[in-house]
Amino acid sequence: MTTMRKRFYELATRALDDDPRTALVLAEIGASELPRHERVFNVGIREQLMIGVAAGLALEGLRPVAHSYTPFLVERPYEQIKLDLGHQDVGAILVSTGASYDGAQAGRTHQAPSDVALLSALPGWTIHVPGHPDELERVFAEALLTDDRVYIRMSEEANEAPVHADGLAVLRRGSASAPVVVAVGPTLDQALAATRDLDATVAYLATVRPFDAAGLRALVRGPDVVLVEPYLAGTSAAEVAAALADRPHRLLSLGVANAELRRYGSGREHRAAHGLDAAGIRRSLEGLRLPVAA
Amino acid sequence: MPTTTTLGYDDLPTLLTLLTGDEKHDWSALSTLDVLWVLYDRVLRVDPRELDDPERDRFLLSKGHGPAAYYAVLAAKGFVDAESLADFGGYDSRLGYHPDRVLVPGVEISSGSLGHGLPIAVGMTLALEARDQEGARVVCLVGDAELDEGSNWEAVQLAGRLGLGRLTVVVVDNRSSTYHWPGGIASRFELEGWSAATVDGRDHDALELALTTTGEQPRVVVAEVAR
Repeated sequence: MTTMRKRFYELATRALDDDPRTALVLAEIGASELPRHERVFNVGIREQLMIGVAAGLALEGLRPVAHSYTPFLVERPYEQIKLDLGHQDVGAILVSTGASYDGAQAGRTHQAPSDVALLSALPGWTIHVPGHPDELERVFAEALLTDDRVYIRMSEEANEAPVHADGLAVLRRGSASAPVVVAVGPTLDQALAATRDLDATVAYLATVRPFDAAGLRALVRGPDVVLVEPYLAGTSAAEVAAALADRPHRLLSLGVANAELRRYGSGREHRAAHGLDAAGIRRSLEGLRLPVAA
Repeated sequence: MPTTTTLGYDDLPTLLTLLTGDEKHDWSALSTLDVLWVLYDRVLRVDPRELDDPERDRFLLSKGHGPAAYYAVLAAKGFVDAESLADFGGYDSRLGYHPDRVLVPGVEISSGSLGHGLPIAVGMTLALEARDQEGARVVCLVGDAELDEGSNWEAVQLAGRLGLGRLTVVVVDNRSSTYHWPGGIASRFELEGWSAATVDGRDHDALELALTTTGEQPRVVVAEVAR
């Protein structure tokens, strides 16, 4: 299976030819994978400028796509994202690569598990966490047609099969009192494996902002909700709390721990360390003392 | 409703008094006043009746703090209603202590946090180049202390290397940067491939000449004013 990153470069190259509004803004990363083109602007290793230039292009009616490794795209130029895009009231598509721990061997400097929380704290962002390259293709194509502020978080982790849905998509339905497990993006296959013999409803979510509160309300009948997010644990906890504010409920938020994990190794090892593999998710669910299905 | 007749330089003190309620202030001390007046009166091709004209010049006030002179000039030139100046900073006013492009007609960018205007100006310039837009210069005003922000230099470097000739930066230099610029401000831009002029920031003719000189390189005009 092709990676999301490779698919993104193919899609971006095609978009440059198909739509004269499309512009790519890069800070070296990705420059060698994309064609030389009058609307590909590589600003060098200057990430503040990358976002400022994207804003200037947007003010002139272009549809900028800025792309880099997650910490250099979201964290380093955070004030530019807030002001040059948000406060100027213009849009851009930010496409990150690296996710939370794809750069396990690279260490903390190349990891940004708080990216979704940071962008969620700014108004007007649509946030996609695709779990498969085909999902990336769909949300990227849709984002190009708007002038919205859109963040697309690519990952080397992916599910076996794509799920195409705008909000929560139910993949397994448990009994009325069963917990609702919301698996975000590339965590789906692990969440399904973890709940294989449990009485649980498993729903998939790839667009986390705006959060599908109505979908969650329609789905939740019992007291238990479990969030499985491939970034900072609890990032969507307030969204769940708001959606279910009038109902007694219990929320278990699984995700990447806030404490710095000073280890190298593989993404798979980091996933296990954060309890986001099937075994780890299972352990957390057992902590809820859920009944095992007969 | 915009004013139908535009006002002159001599009307600016009246507008500034309306803005601030201060009748005794020596308005000539405002560092940006003469530069802004020369830009709007003699240099920029902008028209309050055609705010979205693609051929208009883009003026970006990056140094967004202390915008009284900016609002006064915008009022004199008919972009904002002179009567609206009296509520400067009020809850219902569109004129805040830092300008907001969403609220004020003719204001190209919202500013206030330093070091954001010039990178945005580079993006606008690249967009105009990409579509071969006729006319349409991009002029960005920064302060000498604002240049402390490293984000400016990211933009200065790229604009120089790419030869963005339709971009002009005006540095209003009132020596307010704590650590100053040894060797001068202009030479730093020149090293990055800009053409530079340093002029008296109160001399309207000198400002006009420096600001209307353009070429293949981006242009910086350092306007020196007493602090």
